[in-house]
Amino acid sequence: MLHTSLYESHLKLGAKMISFGDWEMPRDYGKGVAAEVKACRSSIGIFDVSHMGEFRVEGDEALDFIQHLITNDAARLKPGQAQYSLVLNETGGVIDDVILYCLGINNYLFVVNAGCLDKDWAWFSEQARAFHIRLTDESPDTALIAVQGPEAITKVQSLCEASLAGLQRFEIRYSKVAGESCHILRTGYTGEDGVEIKCHKDHAPAIWNALVVLGAAPCGLAARDVLRLEAAYPLYGHELTMNETPVGLGLGWAIKTSKPDFIGRNDIIKRAQDGIREQLVGLTMTAQNAIPREGQIIFPAALEDPIGRVTSGTLSPTLGKGIALARIGAGFAEIGTSLIVDIRGRKAEAIVTKLPFYRGLDH
Amino acid sequence: MPENNLYFTKSHEWVRVDGETAVIGITQHAQEELGDVALVQLPEPGRILQVDEVFGEVESIKAVSELYAPVRGEVVEANDSLQTAPEQVNNDPLGDGWMIKVRLSDTSDLKSLMDGTAYDALVKDL
Repeated sequence: MLHTSLYESHLKLGAKMISFGDWEMPRDYGKGVAAEVKACRSSIGIFDVSHMGEFRVEGDEALDFIQHLITNDAARLKPGQAQYSLVLNETGGVIDDVILYCLGINNYLFVVNAGCLDKDWAWFSEQARAFHIRLTDESPDTALIAVQGPEAITKVQSLCEASLAGLQRFEIRYSKVAGESCHILRTGYTGEDGVEIKCHKDHAPAIWNALVVLGAAPCGLAARDVLRLEAAYPLYGHELTMNETPVGLGLGWAIKTSKPDFIGRNDIIKRAQDGIREQLVGLTMTAQNAIPREGQIIFPAALEDPIGRVTSGTLSPTLGKGIALARIGAGFAEIGTSLIVDIRGRKAEAIVTKLPFYRGLDH
Repeated sequence: MPENNLYFTKSHEWVRVDGETAVIGITQHAQEELGDVALVQLPEPGRILQVDEVFGEVESIKAVSELYAPVRGEVVEANDSLQTAPEQVNNDPLGDGWMIKVRLSDTSDLKSLMDGTAYDALVKDL
Protein backbone atom coordinates (compact mmCIF):
# COMPACT_ATOMS: atom_id res chain seq x y z
CA MET A 1 0.00 0.00 0.00
CA LEU A 2 1.23 3.50 -0.85
CA HIS A 3 1.16 6.25 1.77
CA THR A 4 1.37 10.01 1.41
CA SER A 5 3.79 11.98 3.59
CA LEU A 6 0.79 12.81 5.81
CA TYR A 7 0.07 9.17 6.69
CA GLU A 8 1.40 9.44 10.26
CA SER A 9 -0.57 12.68 10.75
CA HIS A 10 -3.77 10.93 9.65
CA LEU A 11 -3.25 8.07 12.07
CA LYS A 12 -2.54 10.50 14.93
CA LEU A 13 -5.79 12.30 14.13
CA GLY A 14 -7.78 9.08 14.40
CA ALA A 15 -8.36 8.52 10.69
CA LYS A 16 -10.25 5.47 9.50
CA MET A 17 -8.05 4.40 6.58
CA ILE A 18 -9.32 2.70 3.43
CA SER A 19 -7.87 1.50 0.13
CA PHE A 20 -8.08 3.86 -2.81
CA GLY A 21 -6.36 2.04 -5.65
CA ASP A 22 -2.81 1.38 -4.45
CA TRP A 23 -3.14 4.05 -1.76
CA GLU A 24 -4.17 3.88 1.86
CA MET A 25 -6.09 7.11 2.46
CA PRO A 26 -8.32 8.54 5.18
CA ARG A 27 -12.02 7.79 4.66
CA ASP A 28 -12.91 10.02 7.62
CA TYR A 29 -11.42 10.93 10.99
CA GLY A 30 -13.79 9.03 13.26
CA LYS A 31 -16.48 11.68 13.88
CA GLY A 32 -18.57 10.97 10.81
CA VAL A 33 -18.80 12.30 7.28
CA ALA A 34 -21.65 14.72 8.06
CA ALA A 35 -19.55 16.53 10.67
CA GLU A 36 -16.66 16.98 8.21
CA VAL A 37 -18.97 18.30 5.48
CA LYS A 38 -20.45 20.75 7.98
CA ALA A 39 -17.03 21.91 9.18
CA CYS A 40 -15.89 22.58 5.63
CA ARG A 41 -19.03 24.50 4.74
CA SER A 42 -19.11 26.54 7.95
CA SER A 43 -15.41 27.24 8.56
CA ILE A 44 -12.47 25.27 7.14
CA GLY A 45 -11.70 21.73 6.07
CA ILE A 46 -8.35 20.32 4.95
CA PHE A 47 -7.90 17.40 2.58
CA ASP A 48 -4.80 15.36 1.79
CA VAL A 49 -4.92 14.83 -1.98
CA SER A 50 -1.22 14.02 -2.36
CA HIS A 51 -2.09 10.77 -4.12
CA MET A 52 -2.98 12.80 -7.20
CA GLY A 53 -0.41 12.97 -10.00
CA GLU A 54 1.72 15.88 -11.19
CA PHE A 55 3.34 15.92 -14.65
CA ARG A 56 5.72 18.72 -15.66
CA VAL A 57 5.86 19.76 -19.34
CA GLU A 58 8.82 21.91 -20.43
CA GLY A 59 10.45 22.92 -23.67
CA ASP A 60 9.86 25.21 -26.61
CA GLU A 61 7.01 23.05 -27.98
CA ALA A 62 5.31 22.71 -24.57
CA LEU A 63 2.32 24.85 -25.52
CA ASP A 64 1.89 23.12 -28.89
CA PHE A 65 1.89 19.72 -27.19
CA ILE A 66 -0.57 20.83 -24.53
CA GLN A 67 -2.92 22.47 -27.01
CA HIS A 68 -3.00 19.24 -29.00
CA LEU A 69 -3.73 17.19 -25.90
CA ILE A 70 -6.38 19.18 -24.01
CA THR A 71 -9.80 20.62 -24.79
CA ASN A 72 -9.31 24.01 -23.15
CA ASP A 73 -7.22 26.84 -24.59
CA ALA A 74 -3.86 26.89 -22.79
CA ALA A 75 -2.71 29.89 -24.85
CA ARG A 76 -4.88 32.04 -22.59
CA LEU A 77 -2.70 31.23 -19.57
CA LYS A 78 -0.03 33.63 -18.39
CA PRO A 79 2.58 32.42 -15.90
CA GLY A 80 0.85 32.23 -12.53
CA GLN A 81 -2.51 31.13 -13.96
CA ALA A 82 -4.22 27.76 -14.12
CA GLN A 83 -7.22 26.23 -15.85
CA TYR A 84 -9.45 23.17 -15.74
CA SER A 85 -9.58 20.97 -18.82
CA LEU A 86 -10.52 17.60 -20.21
CA VAL A 87 -8.17 15.26 -22.01
CA LEU A 88 -9.97 13.27 -24.73
CA ASN A 89 -9.08 10.27 -26.84
CA GLU A 90 -9.47 10.10 -30.64
CA THR A 91 -13.10 9.01 -30.44
CA GLY A 92 -14.02 11.86 -28.09
CA GLY A 93 -14.18 9.81 -24.87
CA VAL A 94 -12.65 11.24 -21.70
CA ILE A 95 -9.22 10.06 -20.58
CA ASP A 96 -9.12 12.36 -17.54
CA ASP A 97 -10.03 15.80 -16.24
CA VAL A 98 -7.08 17.87 -15.12
CA ILE A 99 -5.87 21.18 -13.75
CA LEU A 100 -3.15 22.81 -15.86
CA TYR A 101 -0.75 25.22 -14.15
CA CYS A 102 1.28 27.71 -16.19
CA LEU A 103 4.40 28.20 -14.08
CA GLY A 104 6.53 30.13 -16.57
CA ILE A 105 7.38 30.45 -20.23
CA ASN A 106 7.43 26.89 -21.66
CA ASN A 107 6.92 25.57 -18.12
CA TYR A 108 3.64 23.88 -17.30
CA LEU A 109 2.37 21.39 -14.77
CA PHE A 110 -0.65 19.06 -14.93
CA VAL A 111 -2.45 17.83 -11.83
CA VAL A 112 -4.19 14.56 -12.74
CA ASN A 113 -6.50 12.13 -10.95
CA ALA A 114 -4.82 9.51 -8.78
CA GLY A 115 -6.88 6.74 -10.31
CA CYS A 116 -5.85 7.78 -13.84
CA LEU A 117 -2.16 8.34 -13.19
CA ASP A 118 -0.70 5.33 -14.98
CA LYS A 119 -3.12 5.62 -17.89
CA ASP A 120 -2.43 9.37 -18.21
CA TRP A 121 1.33 8.91 -18.05
CA ALA A 122 1.20 6.34 -20.87
CA TRP A 123 -1.02 8.62 -22.96
CA PHE A 124 1.02 11.78 -22.35
CA SER A 125 4.27 9.92 -23.09
CA GLU A 126 2.90 8.49 -26.32
CA GLN A 127 1.58 11.86 -27.51
CA ALA A 128 4.80 13.63 -26.47
CA ARG A 129 6.87 11.73 -29.03
CA ALA A 130 5.80 14.09 -31.81
CA PHE A 131 6.90 17.18 -29.88
CA HIS A 132 10.19 18.61 -28.73
CA ILE A 133 9.44 18.69 -25.00
CA ARG A 134 10.55 17.26 -21.69
CA LEU A 135 7.89 15.37 -19.74
CA THR A 136 8.60 14.61 -16.07
CA ASP A 137 6.53 12.72 -13.53
CA GLU A 138 6.81 14.76 -10.32
CA SER A 139 4.09 12.81 -8.50
CA PRO A 140 6.29 10.75 -6.18
CA ASP A 141 7.83 13.86 -4.61
CA THR A 142 4.79 16.14 -4.61
CA ALA A 143 2.18 16.67 -1.92
CA LEU A 144 -1.13 18.46 -2.38
CA ILE A 145 -3.30 19.81 0.43
CA ALA A 146 -6.72 21.31 -0.25
CA VAL A 147 -7.87 23.99 2.20
CA GLN A 148 -11.55 24.75 1.71
CA GLY A 149 -14.24 26.79 3.45
CA PRO A 150 -15.28 30.38 4.19
CA GLU A 151 -12.26 30.81 6.52
CA ALA A 152 -9.77 28.97 4.32
CA ILE A 153 -8.01 31.95 2.74
CA THR A 154 -7.85 33.89 6.00
CA LYS A 155 -6.29 30.96 7.83
CA VAL A 156 -3.78 30.24 5.04
CA GLN A 157 -2.91 33.95 4.91
CA SER A 158 -2.04 33.92 8.60
CA LEU A 159 0.58 31.24 7.84
CA CYS A 160 1.71 32.65 4.50
CA GLU A 161 4.72 34.91 3.92
CA ALA A 162 3.34 36.61 0.81
CA SER A 163 0.09 38.51 0.72
CA LEU A 164 -2.83 36.60 -0.77
CA ALA A 165 -4.82 39.80 -1.19
CA GLY A 166 -6.27 39.97 -4.66
CA LEU A 167 -5.47 36.32 -5.45
CA GLN A 168 -8.04 35.51 -8.14
CA ARG A 169 -9.69 32.15 -8.77
CA PHE A 170 -7.28 29.98 -10.76
CA GLU A 171 -4.37 32.24 -9.90
CA ILE A 172 -1.14 30.82 -8.43
CA ARG A 173 1.15 32.38 -5.85
CA TYR A 174 4.54 30.93 -4.87
CA SER A 175 5.47 31.59 -1.26
CA LYS A 176 6.05 29.95 2.13
CA VAL A 177 3.27 28.55 4.29
CA ALA A 178 4.28 27.54 7.82
CA GLY A 179 7.83 28.27 6.70
CA GLU A 180 7.69 25.79 3.80
CA SER A 181 7.94 26.72 0.10
CA CYS A 182 4.84 25.94 -1.90
CA HIS A 183 2.57 26.94 -4.75
CA ILE A 184 -0.84 28.21 -3.68
CA LEU A 185 -3.63 27.93 -6.27
CA ARG A 186 -7.01 29.47 -5.57
CA THR A 187 -9.34 26.66 -6.60
CA GLY A 188 -11.16 23.75 -5.09
CA TYR A 189 -13.46 20.80 -5.47
CA THR A 190 -15.97 21.53 -2.73
CA GLY A 191 -17.90 24.55 -3.93
CA GLU A 192 -16.38 26.63 -1.12
CA ASP A 193 -13.67 29.26 -1.50
CA GLY A 194 -10.17 28.06 -0.80
CA VAL A 195 -6.83 26.98 -2.14
CA GLU A 196 -4.82 23.93 -3.08
CA ILE A 197 -1.29 24.00 -1.70
CA LYS A 198 1.31 22.11 -3.72
CA CYS A 199 4.67 21.43 -2.09
CA HIS A 200 7.48 18.94 -1.84
CA LYS A 201 6.16 15.96 0.09
CA ASP A 202 8.65 16.57 2.92
CA HIS A 203 7.09 19.99 3.55
CA ALA A 204 3.51 18.78 3.79
CA PRO A 205 3.42 17.73 7.47
CA ALA A 206 4.49 21.19 8.69
CA ILE A 207 1.79 22.88 6.60
CA TRP A 208 -0.90 20.34 7.52
CA ASN A 209 -0.11 20.40 11.24
CA ALA A 210 -0.04 24.21 11.33
CA LEU A 211 -3.52 24.29 9.80
CA VAL A 212 -4.81 21.69 12.27
CA VAL A 213 -3.48 23.82 15.15
CA LEU A 214 -5.44 26.77 13.72
CA GLY A 215 -8.62 24.72 13.93
CA ALA A 216 -8.91 23.36 10.40
CA ALA A 217 -11.00 20.18 10.34
CA PRO A 218 -9.27 17.23 8.68
CA CYS A 219 -11.67 15.81 6.08
CA GLY A 220 -11.39 12.44 4.36
CA LEU A 221 -12.26 11.07 0.95
CA ALA A 222 -15.87 10.39 1.91
CA ALA A 223 -16.55 14.02 2.81
CA ARG A 224 -14.69 15.16 -0.31
CA ASP A 225 -17.04 13.12 -2.48
CA VAL A 226 -20.15 14.46 -0.74
CA LEU A 227 -18.94 18.08 -1.00
CA ARG A 228 -18.13 17.86 -4.70
CA LEU A 229 -21.46 16.19 -5.41
CA GLU A 230 -23.34 18.94 -3.57
CA ALA A 231 -21.37 21.41 -5.69
CA ALA A 232 -22.17 19.32 -8.81
CA TYR A 233 -18.54 18.83 -9.86
CA PRO A 234 -17.93 15.79 -12.06
CA LEU A 235 -15.86 12.87 -10.82
CA TYR A 236 -13.82 10.77 -13.22
CA GLY A 237 -15.22 7.29 -13.50
CA HIS A 238 -18.73 8.54 -12.73
CA GLU A 239 -19.76 11.55 -14.87
CA LEU A 240 -16.62 11.36 -17.01
CA THR A 241 -15.70 8.05 -18.65
CA MET A 242 -13.69 6.71 -21.59
CA ASN A 243 -16.77 5.46 -23.41
CA GLU A 244 -19.08 8.44 -23.14
CA THR A 245 -18.95 11.91 -24.67
CA PRO A 246 -18.53 14.89 -22.33
CA VAL A 247 -21.03 16.75 -24.52
CA GLY A 248 -24.16 17.36 -22.46
CA LEU A 249 -22.34 17.53 -19.11
CA GLY A 250 -22.31 21.32 -18.96
CA LEU A 251 -18.53 21.46 -19.50
CA GLY A 252 -18.67 23.30 -22.82
CA TRP A 253 -16.82 26.21 -21.24
CA ALA A 254 -13.74 23.92 -20.95
CA ILE A 255 -14.02 22.59 -24.51
CA LYS A 256 -12.78 25.28 -26.88
CA THR A 257 -13.68 24.15 -30.38
CA SER A 258 -12.39 27.53 -31.53
CA LYS A 259 -8.98 25.88 -31.15
CA PRO A 260 -8.22 24.51 -34.61
CA ASP A 261 -6.92 21.17 -33.40
CA PHE A 262 -7.05 18.94 -30.33
CA ILE A 263 -7.51 15.21 -29.92
CA GLY A 264 -11.22 14.42 -29.99
CA ARG A 265 -12.26 17.74 -31.53
CA ASN A 266 -13.94 16.12 -34.55
CA ASP A 267 -16.22 14.04 -32.36
CA ILE A 268 -17.23 17.06 -30.28
CA ILE A 269 -18.09 19.09 -33.40
CA LYS A 270 -20.11 16.25 -34.89
CA ARG A 271 -22.15 15.77 -31.72
CA ALA A 272 -22.83 19.47 -31.42
CA GLN A 273 -24.13 19.37 -35.00
CA ASP A 274 -26.25 16.27 -34.41
CA GLY A 275 -27.83 17.74 -31.29
CA ILE A 276 -27.37 16.75 -27.65
CA ARG A 277 -28.96 13.36 -26.90
CA GLU A 278 -28.16 12.97 -23.21
CA GLN A 279 -27.76 15.58 -20.56
CA LEU A 280 -26.33 15.64 -17.06
CA VAL A 281 -28.96 16.75 -14.56
CA GLY A 282 -29.26 17.11 -10.81
CA LEU A 283 -31.91 15.09 -9.01
CA THR A 284 -33.28 15.77 -5.54
CA MET A 285 -35.26 12.95 -3.96
CA THR A 286 -38.70 13.78 -2.67
CA ALA A 287 -38.97 11.21 0.14
CA GLN A 288 -36.85 11.37 3.28
CA ASN A 289 -35.73 7.77 3.15
CA ALA A 290 -34.46 7.65 -0.42
CA ILE A 291 -30.73 7.71 -1.16
CA PRO A 292 -29.93 7.36 -4.87
CA ARG A 293 -26.78 5.40 -5.79
CA GLU A 294 -24.53 5.16 -8.84
CA GLY A 295 -25.88 2.92 -11.60
CA GLN A 296 -29.52 3.06 -10.55
CA ILE A 297 -31.94 3.31 -13.46
CA ILE A 298 -34.19 6.31 -14.02
CA PHE A 299 -37.70 6.29 -15.48
CA PRO A 300 -40.12 9.04 -16.47
CA ALA A 301 -43.02 9.63 -14.05
CA ALA A 302 -45.26 7.45 -16.20
CA LEU A 303 -42.82 4.55 -15.73
CA GLU A 304 -42.43 3.32 -19.31
CA ASP A 305 -38.94 2.70 -20.62
CA PRO A 306 -35.81 3.78 -18.79
CA ILE A 307 -34.42 7.18 -19.77
CA GLY A 308 -31.08 7.22 -18.01
CA ARG A 309 -29.04 6.35 -14.96
CA VAL A 310 -27.53 7.81 -11.80
CA THR A 311 -23.81 8.63 -12.18
CA SER A 312 -23.30 9.71 -8.55
CA GLY A 313 -25.65 9.68 -5.57
CA THR A 314 -25.55 10.31 -1.84
CA LEU A 315 -27.42 11.61 1.14
CA SER A 316 -26.55 15.30 1.32
CA PRO A 317 -26.02 16.32 4.95
CA THR A 318 -26.22 19.98 3.88
CA LEU A 319 -29.62 19.60 2.20
CA GLY A 320 -30.96 16.72 4.32
CA LYS A 321 -32.09 14.91 1.20
CA GLY A 322 -30.84 12.30 -1.24
CA ILE A 323 -29.23 13.94 -4.28
CA ALA A 324 -27.80 12.62 -7.50
CA LEU A 325 -26.14 13.56 -10.73
CA ALA A 326 -27.63 11.59 -13.60
CA ARG A 327 -27.31 11.21 -17.36
CA ILE A 328 -30.76 11.23 -18.90
CA GLY A 329 -32.41 11.76 -22.28
CA ALA A 330 -32.25 15.47 -23.06
CA GLY A 331 -36.04 15.61 -23.49
CA PHE A 332 -36.56 14.99 -19.76
CA ALA A 333 -33.98 17.47 -18.50
CA GLU A 334 -36.19 20.46 -17.79
CA ILE A 335 -35.92 21.79 -14.21
CA GLY A 336 -38.87 20.61 -12.15
CA THR A 337 -39.48 17.43 -14.16
CA SER A 338 -40.67 14.58 -11.96
CA LEU A 339 -38.78 11.30 -12.50
CA ILE A 340 -38.51 7.90 -10.82
CA VAL A 341 -35.29 6.34 -9.56
CA ASP A 342 -35.31 2.56 -9.09
CA ILE A 343 -33.64 2.15 -5.69
CA ARG A 344 -33.05 -1.59 -5.40
CA GLY A 345 -36.61 -2.36 -6.53
CA ARG A 346 -38.30 0.56 -4.80
CA LYS A 347 -39.59 3.32 -7.07
CA ALA A 348 -38.57 6.66 -5.55
CA GLU A 349 -39.60 10.05 -6.85
CA ALA A 350 -36.97 12.61 -7.81
CA ILE A 351 -37.21 16.16 -9.17
CA VAL A 352 -34.80 17.60 -11.74
CA THR A 353 -33.00 20.35 -9.84
CA LYS A 354 -31.02 23.38 -10.91
CA LEU A 355 -27.30 22.83 -10.37
CA PRO A 356 -25.34 23.23 -8.23
CA PHE A 357 -27.30 21.81 -5.30
CA TYR A 358 -25.19 23.97 -3.02
CA ARG A 359 -22.29 26.27 -3.53
CA GLY A 360 -20.91 28.34 -0.71
CA LEU A 361 -18.84 30.61 -2.92
CA ASP A 362 -21.57 33.17 -2.59
CA HIS A 363 -21.34 33.24 1.26
CA MET B 1 -24.03 -20.61 26.19
CA PRO B 2 -21.36 -18.12 25.12
CA GLU B 3 -20.50 -15.08 27.19
CA ASN B 4 -23.43 -12.66 27.68
CA ASN B 5 -25.57 -15.03 25.58
CA LEU B 6 -24.08 -13.29 22.54
CA TYR B 7 -23.61 -15.04 19.21
CA PHE B 8 -22.13 -13.59 16.01
CA THR B 9 -22.34 -14.16 12.26
CA LYS B 10 -19.75 -13.87 9.49
CA SER B 11 -21.85 -11.06 8.05
CA HIS B 12 -21.38 -9.06 11.26
CA GLU B 13 -24.77 -9.44 12.92
CA TRP B 14 -25.01 -10.24 16.64
CA VAL B 15 -27.71 -12.32 18.35
CA ARG B 16 -28.51 -12.07 22.06
CA VAL B 17 -30.65 -14.93 23.30
CA ASP B 18 -33.16 -14.42 26.11
CA GLY B 19 -35.15 -17.62 26.53
CA GLU B 20 -37.11 -18.07 23.28
CA THR B 21 -36.40 -14.55 22.01
CA ALA B 22 -33.39 -13.50 19.96
CA VAL B 23 -32.47 -9.81 19.80
CA ILE B 24 -30.51 -9.03 16.62
CA GLY B 25 -28.37 -6.11 15.48
CA ILE B 26 -25.08 -5.32 13.76
CA THR B 27 -21.69 -5.32 15.40
CA GLN B 28 -19.26 -2.59 16.34
CA HIS B 29 -17.09 -3.58 13.39
CA ALA B 30 -20.05 -3.34 10.99
CA GLN B 31 -21.06 0.14 12.16
CA GLU B 32 -17.47 1.36 11.89
CA GLU B 33 -17.22 0.10 8.31
CA LEU B 34 -20.53 1.72 7.37
CA GLY B 35 -19.92 5.13 8.83
CA ASP B 36 -22.79 7.39 9.90
CA VAL B 37 -25.98 5.35 9.59
CA ALA B 38 -28.65 7.41 7.86
CA LEU B 39 -31.43 4.88 7.19
CA VAL B 40 -32.47 1.53 8.58
CA GLN B 41 -35.09 -0.58 6.78
CA LEU B 42 -36.59 -3.28 9.03
CA PRO B 43 -39.32 -5.91 8.61
CA GLU B 44 -42.82 -5.67 10.04
CA PRO B 45 -43.71 -7.77 13.11
CA GLY B 46 -45.30 -11.02 11.98
CA ARG B 47 -42.80 -11.62 9.16
CA ILE B 48 -41.34 -15.13 9.19
CA LEU B 49 -37.61 -15.30 8.52
CA GLN B 50 -35.42 -18.13 7.23
CA VAL B 51 -31.73 -18.40 8.01
CA ASP B 52 -29.65 -16.13 5.73
CA GLU B 53 -32.74 -14.38 4.41
CA VAL B 54 -32.28 -10.64 3.88
CA PHE B 55 -34.45 -9.06 6.55
CA GLY B 56 -33.57 -5.40 5.98
CA GLU B 57 -31.01 -2.81 4.97
CA VAL B 58 -28.80 -0.34 6.71
CA GLU B 59 -27.54 2.69 4.78
CA SER B 60 -24.90 5.27 5.51
CA ILE B 61 -23.98 8.30 3.45
CA LYS B 62 -21.48 6.16 1.56
CA ALA B 63 -22.79 2.60 1.55
CA VAL B 64 -25.75 0.22 1.69
CA SER B 65 -25.56 -3.08 3.55
CA GLU B 66 -28.10 -5.87 3.61
CA LEU B 67 -29.04 -7.50 6.91
CA TYR B 68 -29.08 -11.32 7.02
CA ALA B 69 -31.22 -13.34 9.41
CA PRO B 70 -28.95 -15.48 11.60
CA VAL B 71 -31.83 -17.62 12.88
CA ARG B 72 -35.29 -18.83 11.85
CA GLY B 73 -38.28 -17.29 13.51
CA GLU B 74 -41.08 -14.76 13.59
CA VAL B 75 -40.31 -11.06 13.94
CA VAL B 76 -42.05 -9.93 17.11
CA GLU B 77 -40.70 -6.37 17.29
CA ALA B 78 -38.63 -3.95 15.22
CA ASN B 79 -36.74 -1.03 16.79
CA ASP B 80 -38.84 1.86 15.48
CA SER B 81 -36.66 4.45 17.24
CA LEU B 82 -34.05 3.81 14.52
CA GLN B 83 -36.32 5.58 12.04
CA THR B 84 -35.83 8.89 13.82
CA ALA B 85 -32.49 8.16 15.49
CA PRO B 86 -30.48 5.90 13.16
CA GLU B 87 -27.27 7.12 14.83
CA GLN B 88 -28.05 4.74 17.70
CA VAL B 89 -26.64 2.01 15.47
CA ASN B 90 -23.29 3.82 15.50
CA ASN B 91 -23.38 4.99 19.11
CA ASP B 92 -24.58 1.80 20.79
CA PRO B 93 -24.68 -1.04 18.23
CA LEU B 94 -25.17 -3.78 20.83
CA GLY B 95 -27.58 -1.79 23.00
CA ASP B 96 -29.92 0.96 21.80
CA GLY B 97 -28.92 0.11 18.22
CA TRP B 98 -30.74 -3.26 18.37
CA MET B 99 -32.79 -3.89 15.24
CA ILE B 100 -35.29 -6.75 15.58
CA LYS B 101 -36.55 -9.27 18.11
CA VAL B 102 -37.35 -12.71 16.77
CA ARG B 103 -39.19 -15.64 18.41
CA LEU B 104 -36.83 -18.55 17.73
CA SER B 105 -38.31 -21.46 15.74
CA ASP B 106 -35.41 -23.74 16.44
CA THR B 107 -32.67 -23.04 18.97
CA SER B 108 -30.33 -25.44 17.15
CA ASP B 109 -29.80 -22.62 14.61
CA LEU B 110 -27.57 -21.08 17.27
CA LYS B 111 -25.07 -23.92 16.92
CA SER B 112 -23.96 -22.53 13.51
CA LEU B 113 -23.09 -19.15 15.01
CA MET B 114 -19.80 -17.94 16.53
CA ASP B 115 -19.10 -16.87 20.06
CA GLY B 116 -17.40 -13.54 20.88
CA THR B 117 -13.88 -14.97 20.88
CA ALA B 118 -14.27 -16.53 17.44
CA TYR B 119 -15.85 -13.35 16.07
CA ASP B 120 -13.07 -11.13 17.45
CA ALA B 121 -10.53 -13.41 15.77
CA LEU B 122 -12.43 -13.15 12.47
CA VAL B 123 -12.46 -9.36 12.61
CA LYS B 124 -8.77 -9.21 13.45
CA ASP B 125 -7.95 -11.17 10.32
CA LEU B 126 -9.95 -8.92 8.01
